[in-house]
Amino acid sequence: MTKKNNLSSNFLHGSNKIYILFKKELLAYFNSPIAYIFIAVFLIISNWMFLNYFFVSGQAEMRSYFSFLPWIFLFLAPAMTMRLWAEEKKSGTAELLLTLPVTDWQIVLGKFFGSLVFLFISLLLSITLPISISFLGDMDMGVVFASYLGSLFLGGSYLALGLFISSLTRNQIVAFVLGVVFCFIGFILGADFVLKKAPQFLLPIMKFFGIGSHFYNIAKGVVDTKDIIYYLSFIFLFLWLNVRVIERRQWR
Amino acid sequence: MIRIKNITKKFGDNIALDNINFEVKKGEVLGFLGPNGAGKSTTMKIITSFWFPSSGNVKIDGLDAKKDSLKIREKIGYLPEIVPLYDDFLVYEYLKFVAEIRGVKKTQIKKRLRETIDLCGLNKVIKKPIDELSKGYRQRVGLAQSIIHNPDILILDEPTTGLDPNQISEIRSLIKKIGKEKTVIFSTHILSEVQATCDRVIIINDGKIVGEGTPKELADKLDRREIIYVKIKGDKEMVLKKFSEVENIENVKVKDKEKSNIYGYEIESKEGVDLREYLSILVVNSGWNILEFTKKEVTLEDVFKELTKEK
Repeated sequence: MTKKNNLSSNFLHGSNKIYILFKKELLAYFNSPIAYIFIAVFLIISNWMFLNYFFVSGQAEMRSYFSFLPWIFLFLAPAMTMRLWAEEKKSGTAELLLTLPVTDWQIVLGKFFGSLVFLFISLLLSITLPISISFLGDMDMGVVFASYLGSLFLGGSYLALGLFISSLTRNQIVAFVLGVVFCFIGFILGADFVLKKAPQFLLPIMKFFGIGSHFYNIAKGVVDTKDIIYYLSFIFLFLWLNVRVIERRQWR
Repeated sequence: MIRIKNITKKFGDNIALDNINFEVKKGEVLGFLGPNGAGKSTTMKIITSFWFPSSGNVKIDGLDAKKDSLKIREKIGYLPEIVPLYDDFLVYEYLKFVAEIRGVKKTQIKKRLRETIDLCGLNKVIKKPIDELSKGYRQRVGLAQSIIHNPDILILDEPTTGLDPNQISEIRSLIKKIGKEKTVIFSTHILSEVQATCDRVIIINDGKIVGEGTPKELADKLDRREIIYVKIKGDKEMVLKKFSEVENIENVKVKDKEKSNIYGYEIESKEGVDLREYLSILVVNSGWNILEFTKKEVTLEDVFKELTKEK
């Protein structure tokens, strides 16, 4: 076998393993009634918050929806990731996962993509909103699309962070609370109202590291590569940290 | 097939395993015996590459556990002490996941599922959610996932704990059946189980191996002192006095009391002495009645107790 063949067949095998793990994670979400409760709560709250504002403003746009979204995700994402590692460790299934012929990276990626797709499905279900609004007035679809994309990146970042935190504890509640706290810290670093009060010299650093500022950039409709790179780096960082925690197998 | 060399495992200052060495041949059924906390589970977790040793190495089928961890995991089926089940899944969903992730070919999956479900007696519960299963069934599902990919090596950590006697004997015959073709290591507290199912036994205590061999070899290794159990109808004090005068009797213990002057005694002879004939004559001549007379065989339990008692 040539080296090239080996590499591509390895890649295929590896990706297939990630896919099987991803399927299992998604199945785990939808097998439990919690998934449906999440989706329902998400849709009800986000729609309610938006519609409260929408008719009063009289404008065919979804800016306010996407300004609420980071705050809703702040609670939703840690709620989605809190069980991902904590439950496996507590119930003993981590011992099964880690003795399967799969690498730690494959397991972490399977969990990440499982939660990301679940988030994506929840977002997808809110598509009724832009569709109905477009009947009422002329809406800039480009901005809406970019905003959804930004939401996915934002959500993905929260999920990567939440997943990492879940790997640090056996207790789901702790994972949830810490997840909310750290996602919050990450977010407000770049939020407008915080930046206004921050000392001048810290502004560029905070703006760069804050999860929020990049989201607002994208939500304006401008999908800049530097924002995408930020999100991908953020996600990669916490997935990498997650793998480091797992490979230590530090629990008895 | 499996070679454990100089394995030490430390958790901080706590030495869980202290220089463990042993080998398992292909097709052998090895029993792992030891009190709680002795290091059985730790050893198994190291063999299955869940944990890594602090020092030493594990070689399985010529492959090094550190370098070829993934290849080794393909060859092993593992049932940990806490059965690792996903409660929200249906039985077949769970088994299908394990089959897929363990590389069972797509075309073979249905067949393997069928075979494993039949072998483990899961036909009635295939579509049931796992959290609705009884302990016995949970154990069977756990066993099923460990064999579904037809591994060469099976590692079972206390597969019969918490089961009722019927279930235990079912699992035992399952292990025996599987053990005919595969290399099996299983740990247990139940000594009779080891005697009935294993080719070889390793006794571990406090992180060290204290005994190794076939059940018979181990029994032979112990000091061959005979223990005879006699139930005598006669005055207890007189009996004890008479026995203490006999030179070849090492020790007498009053084991139980049936009635006011009927007692059971355990008589330990000096090494290598067969007291049966002498004892029976002595008892009859003293005017007592023998109600029960048995020679106690040195069992694995005795070996176990002897090797694992507090030093």
